[in-house]
Amino acid sequence: MTEEAMRLLAPALAIGMGSLGPGIGIGLLASKALESVGRNPEASATVQINMILAIAFCEAIAIYALVVAVIIAFVI
Amino acid sequence: MAKKGCLPLVVISLVLLILGFLFLRGPMAHIQLPAESVTKPIGFPLTNTILAAWLTIMVLVALSYLATRRMEEVPRGIQNFVETVLEVLLGLVESVAGPKNGRRFFPVVATIFLFVIVSNWMGLLPGYGSIGLVETEAKEGFIFQEKDLGALKLALIPPGGDKFTEEDLNSSPPLKKGEVAGGFVPFLRSANTDLNTPLALALISAIFVEYWGISTLGIFRYGSKFFNVRSLLKGSLMFGLIDLMVGFLELVSEIARIISFTFRLFGNIFAGEILLAAISFLIPLVALLPAFGLELLVGAIQALIFAMLTLVFGVIAVAGHGEEATAMETHTAVAPS
Repeated sequence: MTEEAMRLLAPALAIGMGSLGPGIGIGLLASKALESVGRNPEASATVQINMILAIAFCEAIAIYALVVAVIIAFVI
Repeated sequence: MAKKGCLPLVVISLVLLILGFLFLRGPMAHIQLPAESVTKPIGFPLTNTILAAWLTIMVLVALSYLATRRMEEVPRGIQNFVETVLEVLLGLVESVAGPKNGRRFFPVVATIFLFVIVSNWMGLLPGYGSIGLVETEAKEGFIFQEKDLGALKLALIPPGGDKFTEEDLNSSPPLKKGEVAGGFVPFLRSANTDLNTPLALALISAIFVEYWGISTLGIFRYGSKFFNVRSLLKGSLMFGLIDLMVGFLELVSEIARIISFTFRLFGNIFAGEILLAAISFLIPLVALLPAFGLELLVGAIQALIFAMLTLVFGVIAVAGHGEEATAMETHTAVAPS
Protein backbone atom coordinates (compact mmCIF):
# COMPACT_ATOMS: atom_id res chain seq x y z
CA MET A 1 0.00 0.00 0.00
CA THR A 2 1.45 3.34 -0.99
CA GLU A 3 2.00 6.14 1.44
CA GLU A 4 -0.52 8.30 -0.40
CA ALA A 5 -3.20 5.67 0.04
CA MET A 6 -2.42 5.31 3.72
CA ARG A 7 -2.55 9.07 4.16
CA LEU A 8 -6.06 9.09 2.80
CA LEU A 9 -7.18 6.02 4.65
CA ALA A 10 -5.85 6.83 8.11
CA PRO A 11 -8.06 9.80 9.07
CA ALA A 12 -11.11 8.10 7.62
CA LEU A 13 -10.50 4.99 9.72
CA ALA A 14 -9.74 7.06 12.78
CA ILE A 15 -12.96 9.01 12.82
CA GLY A 16 -15.10 6.25 11.35
CA MET A 17 -14.22 3.55 13.82
CA GLY A 18 -13.84 6.02 16.62
CA SER A 19 -17.42 7.20 16.44
CA LEU A 20 -19.04 3.75 16.44
CA GLY A 21 -18.77 3.29 20.18
CA PRO A 22 -19.89 6.76 21.27
CA GLY A 23 -22.79 6.64 18.83
CA ILE A 24 -24.11 3.44 20.36
CA GLY A 25 -23.36 4.72 23.85
CA ILE A 26 -25.26 7.96 23.40
CA GLY A 27 -28.19 6.08 21.94
CA LEU A 28 -28.32 3.77 24.94
CA LEU A 29 -28.07 6.67 27.36
CA ALA A 30 -30.81 8.66 25.71
CA SER A 31 -33.10 5.65 25.43
CA LYS A 32 -32.77 4.81 29.12
CA ALA A 33 -33.25 8.44 30.10
CA LEU A 34 -36.38 8.83 28.01
CA GLU A 35 -37.71 5.58 29.36
CA SER A 36 -37.25 6.72 32.93
CA VAL A 37 -38.85 10.10 32.19
CA GLY A 38 -41.79 8.23 30.74
CA ARG A 39 -42.13 6.16 33.87
CA ASN A 40 -41.72 9.09 36.27
CA PRO A 41 -42.32 12.48 34.66
CA GLU A 42 -41.72 14.31 37.94
CA ALA A 43 -38.06 13.32 37.95
CA SER A 44 -37.61 14.82 34.49
CA ALA A 45 -35.30 17.66 35.61
CA THR A 46 -32.89 15.41 37.52
CA VAL A 47 -32.83 12.81 34.80
CA GLN A 48 -32.25 15.44 32.13
CA ILE A 49 -29.28 17.06 33.85
CA ASN A 50 -27.59 13.75 34.55
CA MET A 51 -28.27 12.54 31.03
CA ILE A 52 -26.64 15.60 29.50
CA LEU A 53 -23.62 15.12 31.75
CA ALA A 54 -23.27 11.47 30.79
CA ILE A 55 -23.73 12.23 27.09
CA ALA A 56 -20.92 14.78 27.32
CA PHE A 57 -18.56 12.16 28.71
CA CYS A 58 -19.55 9.78 25.94
CA GLU A 59 -19.20 12.35 23.19
CA ALA A 60 -15.74 13.30 24.41
CA ILE A 61 -14.45 9.92 23.21
CA ALA A 62 -15.73 10.65 19.72
CA ILE A 63 -14.08 14.06 19.92
CA TYR A 64 -10.74 12.45 20.76
CA ALA A 65 -11.07 10.33 17.62
CA LEU A 66 -11.95 13.43 15.60
CA VAL A 67 -8.92 15.33 16.87
CA VAL A 68 -6.65 12.40 16.00
CA ALA A 69 -8.16 12.29 12.51
CA VAL A 70 -7.67 16.03 12.02
CA ILE A 71 -4.07 15.82 13.23
CA ILE A 72 -3.27 12.93 10.90
CA ALA A 73 -4.94 14.66 7.97
CA PHE A 74 -3.58 18.16 8.34
CA VAL A 75 -0.56 18.19 10.56
CA ILE A 76 1.38 15.01 9.95
CA MET B 1 -48.81 19.88 5.71
CA ALA B 2 -51.20 20.58 2.84
CA LYS B 3 -49.68 20.60 -0.60
CA LYS B 4 -50.68 24.21 -1.15
CA GLY B 5 -48.73 25.41 1.90
CA CYS B 6 -45.61 23.51 0.88
CA LEU B 7 -45.01 24.99 -2.55
CA PRO B 8 -43.88 28.55 -1.58
CA LEU B 9 -41.40 27.02 0.87
CA VAL B 10 -39.89 24.79 -1.80
CA VAL B 11 -39.70 27.69 -4.26
CA ILE B 12 -38.03 29.98 -1.72
CA SER B 13 -35.50 27.26 -0.80
CA LEU B 14 -34.63 26.72 -4.45
CA VAL B 15 -34.22 30.47 -5.04
CA LEU B 16 -31.99 30.81 -1.98
CA LEU B 17 -29.98 27.79 -3.08
CA ILE B 18 -29.31 29.25 -6.52
CA LEU B 19 -28.54 32.72 -5.14
CA GLY B 20 -26.19 31.17 -2.64
CA PHE B 21 -24.30 29.20 -5.25
CA LEU B 22 -23.90 32.25 -7.45
CA PHE B 23 -22.99 34.99 -4.99
CA LEU B 24 -22.57 33.89 -1.43
CA ARG B 25 -20.47 30.77 -1.65
CA GLY B 26 -17.54 30.50 0.72
CA PRO B 27 -14.10 29.45 -0.48
CA MET B 28 -12.80 25.93 -0.09
CA ALA B 29 -12.36 25.29 3.59
CA HIS B 30 -8.79 25.83 4.72
CA ILE B 31 -8.16 24.15 8.04
CA GLN B 32 -5.54 25.69 10.26
CA LEU B 33 -5.05 23.98 13.59
CA PRO B 34 -2.65 26.35 15.39
CA ALA B 35 -3.77 29.95 15.78
CA GLU B 36 -2.23 32.47 13.43
CA SER B 37 -0.48 35.46 14.89
CA VAL B 38 -1.75 38.82 13.73
CA THR B 39 1.15 41.00 14.83
CA LYS B 40 4.21 40.69 17.00
CA PRO B 41 4.10 43.85 19.14
CA ILE B 42 6.89 43.33 21.67
CA GLY B 43 8.36 40.22 20.15
CA PHE B 44 5.81 37.63 21.21
CA PRO B 45 3.06 36.61 18.78
CA LEU B 46 -0.39 38.09 19.31
CA THR B 47 -2.75 35.46 17.97
CA ASN B 48 -6.24 36.11 16.71
CA THR B 49 -7.68 33.80 19.33
CA ILE B 50 -6.24 35.81 22.19
CA LEU B 51 -7.76 38.94 20.64
CA ALA B 52 -11.13 37.20 20.59
CA ALA B 53 -10.68 36.10 24.19
CA TRP B 54 -9.89 39.67 25.24
CA LEU B 55 -12.98 40.84 23.37
CA THR B 56 -15.06 38.29 25.28
CA ILE B 57 -13.63 39.52 28.57
CA MET B 58 -14.42 43.12 27.61
CA VAL B 59 -17.99 42.19 26.75
CA LEU B 60 -18.46 40.43 30.10
CA VAL B 61 -16.91 43.30 32.05
CA ALA B 62 -19.03 45.86 30.18
CA LEU B 63 -22.15 43.81 30.88
CA SER B 64 -21.35 43.61 34.59
CA TYR B 65 -20.60 47.31 34.78
CA LEU B 66 -23.83 48.25 33.03
CA ALA B 67 -25.84 45.93 35.24
CA THR B 68 -24.51 47.27 38.51
CA ARG B 69 -24.21 50.94 37.68
CA ARG B 70 -27.40 52.12 39.34
CA MET B 71 -28.61 49.19 41.32
CA GLU B 72 -32.21 49.24 42.39
CA GLU B 73 -34.21 47.10 44.74
CA VAL B 74 -36.64 46.13 42.00
CA PRO B 75 -34.39 45.47 39.03
CA ARG B 76 -35.21 46.66 35.53
CA GLY B 77 -33.48 46.34 32.18
CA ILE B 78 -29.95 44.99 32.06
CA GLN B 79 -29.78 44.49 35.81
CA ASN B 80 -32.88 42.32 35.56
CA PHE B 81 -31.39 40.25 32.77
CA VAL B 82 -28.09 39.66 34.57
CA GLU B 83 -29.87 38.88 37.82
CA THR B 84 -32.02 36.29 36.05
CA VAL B 85 -29.00 34.60 34.52
CA LEU B 86 -27.15 34.53 37.84
CA GLU B 87 -30.20 33.26 39.68
CA VAL B 88 -30.64 30.36 37.28
CA LEU B 89 -26.94 29.49 37.55
CA LEU B 90 -27.01 29.69 41.33
CA GLY B 91 -30.04 27.43 41.44
CA LEU B 92 -28.29 24.89 39.27
CA VAL B 93 -25.07 25.02 41.28
CA GLU B 94 -26.85 24.75 44.62
CA SER B 95 -28.96 21.87 43.39
CA VAL B 96 -25.81 19.86 42.73
CA ALA B 97 -23.54 21.01 45.53
CA GLY B 98 -25.88 21.89 48.37
CA PRO B 99 -26.40 25.40 49.77
CA LYS B 100 -23.09 25.89 51.59
CA ASN B 101 -20.71 24.38 49.05
CA GLY B 102 -22.81 25.81 46.26
CA ARG B 103 -22.08 29.36 47.36
CA ARG B 104 -18.42 28.52 47.64
CA PHE B 105 -18.10 26.91 44.23
CA PHE B 106 -20.35 29.39 42.46
CA PRO B 107 -17.84 32.10 41.39
CA VAL B 108 -15.47 29.77 39.57
CA VAL B 109 -18.17 27.59 38.02
CA ALA B 110 -20.29 30.52 36.87
CA THR B 111 -17.27 32.37 35.46
CA ILE B 112 -16.21 29.33 33.46
CA PHE B 113 -19.76 28.96 32.14
CA LEU B 114 -20.16 32.62 31.19
CA PHE B 115 -16.73 32.89 29.57
CA VAL B 116 -17.17 29.75 27.48
CA ILE B 117 -20.72 30.51 26.36
CA VAL B 118 -20.00 34.14 25.47
CA SER B 119 -16.81 33.29 23.59
CA ASN B 120 -18.50 30.45 21.69
CA TRP B 121 -21.45 32.58 20.69
CA MET B 122 -19.31 35.55 19.78
CA GLY B 123 -17.33 33.28 17.47
CA LEU B 124 -20.45 32.93 15.34
CA LEU B 125 -20.78 36.66 14.70
CA PRO B 126 -20.04 37.94 11.17
CA GLY B 127 -16.48 39.18 10.98
CA TYR B 128 -14.90 36.34 12.91
CA GLY B 129 -12.73 34.45 10.48
CA SER B 130 -13.79 36.50 7.46
CA ILE B 131 -11.89 39.80 7.84
CA GLY B 132 -8.12 39.73 8.07
CA LEU B 133 -4.74 40.18 6.50
CA VAL B 134 -3.15 38.61 3.45
CA GLU B 135 0.25 37.05 4.00
CA THR B 136 1.99 37.03 0.67
CA GLU B 137 4.86 34.77 1.72
CA ALA B 138 2.70 31.93 2.95
CA LYS B 139 3.08 28.52 1.38
CA GLU B 140 -0.60 27.75 1.18
CA GLY B 141 -3.64 29.91 1.06
CA PHE B 142 -6.16 31.46 -1.26
CA ILE B 143 -6.18 33.39 -4.51
CA PHE B 144 -7.51 36.89 -3.91
CA GLN B 145 -8.80 39.54 -6.25
CA GLU B 146 -7.59 43.04 -5.55
CA LYS B 147 -9.82 46.08 -5.33
CA ASP B 148 -8.39 49.52 -4.87
CA LEU B 149 -10.65 51.95 -2.99
CA GLY B 150 -8.27 54.86 -2.88
CA ALA B 151 -7.09 54.94 0.71
CA LEU B 152 -7.80 51.24 1.27
CA LYS B 153 -6.53 48.28 -0.69
CA LEU B 154 -8.86 45.34 -0.37
CA ALA B 155 -8.32 41.78 -1.41
CA LEU B 156 -11.44 39.67 -1.74
CA ILE B 157 -11.85 35.97 -2.13
CA PRO B 158 -14.35 35.37 -4.93
CA PRO B 159 -17.36 33.14 -4.19
CA GLY B 160 -16.29 29.51 -4.30
CA GLY B 161 -12.70 30.66 -4.53
CA ASP B 162 -9.78 28.29 -4.92
CA LYS B 163 -7.08 27.64 -2.48
CA PHE B 164 -3.56 26.59 -3.36
CA THR B 165 -1.20 24.31 -1.53
CA GLU B 166 2.53 23.79 -1.64
CA GLU B 167 2.40 21.38 -4.56
CA ASP B 168 0.55 23.88 -6.74
CA LEU B 169 3.16 26.59 -6.33
CA ASN B 170 5.44 25.22 -9.03
CA SER B 171 2.91 23.71 -11.36
CA SER B 172 0.01 26.19 -11.46
CA PRO B 173 -0.51 28.78 -14.23
CA PRO B 174 0.65 32.33 -13.43
CA LEU B 175 -1.79 34.69 -11.77
CA LYS B 176 -3.92 37.00 -13.86
CA LYS B 177 -3.66 40.75 -13.42
CA GLY B 178 -5.30 41.95 -10.23
CA GLU B 179 -4.93 38.63 -8.48
CA VAL B 180 -2.83 38.05 -5.44
CA ALA B 181 -2.03 34.72 -3.86
CA GLY B 182 -1.32 34.44 -0.20
CA GLY B 183 -2.26 33.04 3.14
CA PHE B 184 -5.25 34.47 4.96
CA VAL B 185 -4.89 35.51 8.60
CA PRO B 186 -8.23 36.51 10.12
CA PHE B 187 -8.18 39.23 12.75
CA LEU B 188 -10.53 37.35 15.03
CA ARG B 189 -11.05 33.63 15.57
CA SER B 190 -13.26 32.05 18.22
CA ALA B 191 -11.23 31.77 21.41
CA ASN B 192 -11.85 28.08 22.06
CA THR B 193 -10.63 26.99 18.62
CA ASP B 194 -7.09 27.45 19.86
CA LEU B 195 -5.95 24.53 21.99
CA ASN B 196 -4.47 26.90 24.56
CA THR B 197 -7.74 28.42 25.81
CA PRO B 198 -9.51 25.15 26.70
CA LEU B 199 -6.23 23.92 28.21
CA ALA B 200 -6.05 27.02 30.39
CA LEU B 201 -9.65 26.59 31.50
CA ALA B 202 -9.10 22.89 32.24
CA LEU B 203 -6.01 23.66 34.30
CA ILE B 204 -7.90 26.33 36.26
CA SER B 205 -10.73 23.92 36.89
CA ALA B 206 -8.34 21.16 38.02
CA ILE B 207 -6.41 23.49 40.31
CA PHE B 208 -9.60 24.74 41.91
CA VAL B 209 -10.97 21.24 42.43
CA GLU B 210 -7.77 20.24 44.21
CA TYR B 211 -7.82 23.48 46.21
CA TRP B 212 -11.41 22.91 47.34
CA GLY B 213 -10.59 19.35 48.31
CA ILE B 214 -7.49 20.27 50.27
CA SER B 215 -9.02 23.28 51.97
CA THR B 216 -12.05 21.30 53.11
CA LEU B 217 -10.46 18.02 54.11
CA GLY B 218 -6.93 19.01 54.95
CA ILE B 219 -4.04 17.71 52.95
CA PHE B 220 -3.65 14.36 54.75
CA ARG B 221 -7.26 13.29 54.43
CA TYR B 222 -7.40 14.49 50.84
CA GLY B 223 -4.07 12.85 50.02
CA SER B 224 -5.29 9.59 51.51
CA LYS B 225 -7.72 9.33 48.62
CA PHE B 226 -4.82 8.93 46.24
CA PHE B 227 -2.20 7.26 48.47
CA ASN B 228 -4.47 4.94 50.36
CA VAL B 229 -2.17 3.29 52.87
CA ARG B 230 -4.80 2.79 55.53
CA SER B 231 -5.47 -0.87 54.72
CA LEU B 232 -1.77 -1.53 54.31
CA LEU B 233 -1.00 -0.13 57.75
CA LYS B 234 -3.80 -2.15 59.29
CA GLY B 235 -1.98 -5.28 58.22
CA SER B 236 -3.88 -6.88 55.35
CA LEU B 237 -1.47 -7.09 52.43
CA MET B 238 -3.85 -7.93 49.62
CA PHE B 239 -6.44 -5.25 50.35
CA GLY B 240 -3.65 -2.81 51.05
CA LEU B 241 -2.12 -3.32 47.65
CA ILE B 242 -5.50 -3.14 45.95
CA ASP B 243 -6.30 0.13 47.69
CA LEU B 244 -2.92 1.48 46.72
CA MET B 245 -3.54 0.64 43.08
CA VAL B 246 -6.99 2.18 43.19
CA GLY B 247 -5.54 5.34 44.68
CA PHE B 248 -2.93 5.47 41.94
CA LEU B 249 -5.63 5.07 39.32
CA GLU B 250 -7.53 7.96 40.89
CA LEU B 251 -4.42 10.10 40.54
CA VAL B 252 -4.05 9.14 36.89
CA SER B 253 -7.70 9.89 36.29
CA GLU B 254 -7.28 13.36 37.79
CA ILE B 255 -4.62 14.11 35.23
CA ALA B 256 -6.58 12.48 32.41
CA ARG B 257 -9.48 14.74 33.33
CA ILE B 258 -7.49 17.80 32.34
CA ILE B 259 -6.83 16.29 28.92
CA SER B 260 -10.43 15.22 28.48
CA PHE B 261 -11.83 18.66 29.42
CA THR B 262 -9.45 20.32 27.00
CA PHE B 263 -10.19 18.08 24.06
CA ARG B 264 -13.92 17.99 24.64
CA LEU B 265 -14.25 21.76 24.43
CA PHE B 266 -11.58 22.24 21.76
CA GLY B 267 -12.85 19.41 19.56
CA ASN B 268 -16.46 20.53 19.68
CA ILE B 269 -15.79 24.18 18.84
CA PHE B 270 -13.02 23.54 16.30
CA ALA B 271 -15.05 20.88 14.51
CA GLY B 272 -17.99 23.28 14.49
CA GLU B 273 -15.88 25.89 12.75
CA ILE B 274 -14.75 23.36 10.14
CA LEU B 275 -18.37 22.30 9.68
CA LEU B 276 -19.50 25.86 9.02
CA ALA B 277 -16.65 26.50 6.58
CA ALA B 278 -17.30 23.26 4.71
CA ILE B 279 -21.07 23.78 4.51
CA SER B 280 -20.71 27.34 3.31
CA PHE B 281 -18.62 25.93 0.48
CA LEU B 282 -20.90 23.00 -0.33
CA ILE B 283 -24.51 24.23 0.12
CA PRO B 284 -24.32 27.94 0.80
CA LEU B 285 -27.49 29.44 2.25
CA VAL B 286 -29.95 26.65 2.80
CA ALA B 287 -27.88 24.22 4.83
CA LEU B 288 -26.06 26.98 6.75
CA LEU B 289 -29.12 27.80 8.83
CA PRO B 290 -29.41 24.42 10.58
CA ALA B 291 -25.61 24.35 10.92
CA PHE B 292 -25.60 27.70 12.71
CA GLY B 293 -28.42 26.49 14.93
CA LEU B 294 -26.37 23.42 15.77
CA GLU B 295 -23.37 25.61 16.57
CA LEU B 296 -25.42 27.78 18.90
CA LEU B 297 -26.68 24.70 20.70
CA VAL B 298 -23.26 23.06 20.88
CA GLY B 299 -21.61 26.23 22.16
CA ALA B 300 -24.15 26.55 24.96
CA ILE B 301 -24.10 22.88 25.89
CA GLN B 302 -20.31 22.71 25.97
CA ALA B 303 -20.25 25.70 28.32
CA LEU B 304 -22.81 24.03 30.56
CA ILE B 305 -20.93 20.74 30.52
CA PHE B 306 -17.56 22.29 31.35
CA ALA B 307 -19.08 24.16 34.30
CA MET B 308 -21.14 21.23 35.53
CA LEU B 309 -18.24 18.78 35.34
CA THR B 310 -16.05 21.17 37.31
CA LEU B 311 -18.82 21.43 39.87
CA VAL B 312 -19.40 17.68 40.07
CA PHE B 313 -15.73 16.92 40.51
CA GLY B 314 -15.55 19.64 43.14
CA VAL B 315 -18.38 18.01 45.05
CA ILE B 316 -16.65 14.64 44.84
CA ALA B 317 -13.36 16.15 45.97
CA VAL B 318 -14.93 17.84 48.99
CA ALA B 319 -16.75 14.73 50.19
CA GLY B 320 -14.74 12.55 52.53
CA HIS B 321 -13.89 8.92 52.01
CA GLY B 322 -17.10 6.89 52.01
CA GLU B 323 -19.32 9.91 52.36
CA GLU B 324 -18.97 10.33 48.62
CA ALA B 325 -21.90 8.13 47.71
CA THR B 326 -24.27 9.79 50.14
CA ALA B 327 -23.10 13.29 49.22
CA MET B 328 -23.90 12.75 45.54
CA GLU B 329 -27.23 11.12 46.36
CA THR B 330 -28.68 13.72 48.68
CA HIS B 331 -27.70 16.64 46.52
CA THR B 332 -28.50 15.42 43.04
CA ALA B 333 -31.70 13.65 43.98
CA VAL B 334 -33.46 16.89 44.81
CA ALA B 335 -33.47 19.16 41.81
CA PRO B 336 -35.93 22.04 41.51
CA SER B 337 -38.02 21.50 38.43
